[in-house]
Amino acid sequence: MIDSEALAQKYSRVLDPLRRAGWPFLITTGILSLIFFGSFFAFGWQYYWGLGETGMGHPVSWAFYLVNFVFFIGISHAGALVSAVLRITHARWGTPFGRIAEAVTVFALAAGPANILFDLGRSALFYWVAIHAQFKSPLLWDLTCIMTYLTVSIIFLYVLLVPDIGLLRDRFPGRRFLYKILSFGWTGTERQWATMSKIIGVLCVAVIPIAVSVHTVVSWVFGMQTQPMWHSTIFAPYFVTGAIFSGIATIIIVSIVLRKVYHLEDFLTPYNYNNMGLLLLTFTLLWAYFTFVEHLVVGYAGGPHETVVLWSKLTGRFAPLFWLMIALCFVIPFPILVFRRTIPGLMIASICIVIGMWLERFLIIIPSFCEPRLPYARGFYMPSWVEWSMTAGLFAGFSLAFVLFSKFFPVVSIWEMEKEEKKHLSSLKKDV
Amino acid sequence: MYRWGMVIDLDKCTGCQACVVACRQENNISFAGEEQARLGRANFWMNLVSEVKGDYPHVEMHFLPMPCMQCDHPPCTKVCPVEATYKNPEGIVAQVYPRCIGVRMCISNCPYTVRYFNWHEPSWPESYKKGKNPDVYSRRKGVTEKCNFCIQRIRTAKMEAKREKRKIKDGEVTPACVETCPSEALYFGDLNDPGSGVSRLSRSKRAFRLLEELGTEPKVFYLKEGEWDDRQ
Repeated sequence: MIDSEALAQKYSRVLDPLRRAGWPFLITTGILSLIFFGSFFAFGWQYYWGLGETGMGHPVSWAFYLVNFVFFIGISHAGALVSAVLRITHARWGTPFGRIAEAVTVFALAAGPANILFDLGRSALFYWVAIHAQFKSPLLWDLTCIMTYLTVSIIFLYVLLVPDIGLLRDRFPGRRFLYKILSFGWTGTERQWATMSKIIGVLCVAVIPIAVSVHTVVSWVFGMQTQPMWHSTIFAPYFVTGAIFSGIATIIIVSIVLRKVYHLEDFLTPYNYNNMGLLLLTFTLLWAYFTFVEHLVVGYAGGPHETVVLWSKLTGRFAPLFWLMIALCFVIPFPILVFRRTIPGLMIASICIVIGMWLERFLIIIPSFCEPRLPYARGFYMPSWVEWSMTAGLFAGFSLAFVLFSKFFPVVSIWEMEKEEKKHLSSLKKDV
Repeated sequence: MYRWGMVIDLDKCTGCQACVVACRQENNISFAGEEQARLGRANFWMNLVSEVKGDYPHVEMHFLPMPCMQCDHPPCTKVCPVEATYKNPEGIVAQVYPRCIGVRMCISNCPYTVRYFNWHEPSWPESYKKGKNPDVYSRRKGVTEKCNFCIQRIRTAKMEAKREKRKIKDGEVTPACVETCPSEALYFGDLNDPGSGVSRLSRSKRAFRLLEELGTEPKVFYLKEGEWDDRQ
């Protein structure tokens, strides 16, 4: 075991952001905070005047908030799921993404369910869902799964941080108080390492079914309802696939930004990104497959209620958004991921996918509301400034959480990188 | 046990909307205003839907009064996470306003789109406020509301009948819409009583219900237009 001084030297690039806080950091934080706290005003406005301040009405009674809810919960999948799967399969190339992925999960899980709070007619009474629980409601299943997932992913992020916090405690005397509490008495003894690997093993196995259950249940919030085009058996796997798809894209965006800003080129190499790109490619194809199946089945055999919604998406008033989604989720990223898995290429593909997946959620929810089963209630939806502000606030809050996180904790797991390197070296020696 | 139901004779409906007005008056339904109504914030516990068929000179106008269907298997009640809506023993799908937290999942799962939400604090013109019905719970913003067959009237009638130790007679209790309909197109009564008007009409050859294929078993029956039979 090399001492903390040598380790800090070797990973100075990773620890650098914790030491410095320059103008770019302050400006970014300032702008993000402005947007984030601006959304508090919007929420206050909406809370005081009622949900009528949004663009919702009869019959479009769920809109932007639900879209954001599904979108952020989707992103949260990437994290824990991807990092757990990569750990279990001993995929060495995934190690530098681990910490970023786990943090994405936690922050996205904070942002997602917050939307339910915004969407409630009486937000202050949200805890009644727990007190007056009605077990037949898919929303209660949702709450249960999401809270479990949130707890597990916070533990997951934290446990994997502990050895690094131990290092930070020794390296940053100024923040000793914070790190001492968080390090939980970590000294790096043999026994502690043994316990650690056991806990990680259990968490990795536990987090996968939980993550899958979360988006399954989120899909059932829609799939269990009578609205046309929601009541579909493939909704659960479709949502889970879409979730992991958008999640991987988010990890790529976040890691490329951090790599650029904090100069982490030594740790996040084109090799790592090439493999991540292949993973993203797999999910691009899976998503395209599911989307094709979902729409073809409805188009071929769906009743009049369903086909009305389908045609409003394919050729009707939602057609521009629908085809934009197809372009962003498949037509643009697919060739990039096949032929050019470079870092700029991946960045373009991932940004397209994240926007496209947001549109996908929008297109699942809104058109069905606009064309309900009985052709008497018809409506259209246009978001108001409140909803735009809340959406901007969510994205700003998510980014802000990341900026602050990166100032207190290393965004690349130092101890895991070290472990991987040692394993790699010893295997090389064996070969010789 | 009563099982309240409604029959709407579409042949008799003239589309006058008196039922809509009466329902508003009886149940203290908020005035949304023209602009808000355009945005879909107007509530119609009883709504009159109209449809124009054909081109000049062969134009037909059809009307469909739409209250809550009071399903026997309501899709709306099971999705509520706080059990703020339930089917009461007499078959009325009731909304517990103080319990509702405004999730609106019931609204989205209602295939008939007859559940409504208070998007803003309910408001009325000043002159109207004195005429509000004191028997009806006043909803606040952020809760869902819906037609309940004027449950307050049923309750009063039941108390009266209990005092006199008898059952409610057919036609003794009617919701505001039924009471007000000038062409007597609406009927209300106990479906469990084989002799009642609604029970007889619901078995008519003209009777149908909306979206029967969903298995929701609505207790609002419609009588088809333009076909008469001897049961009348």
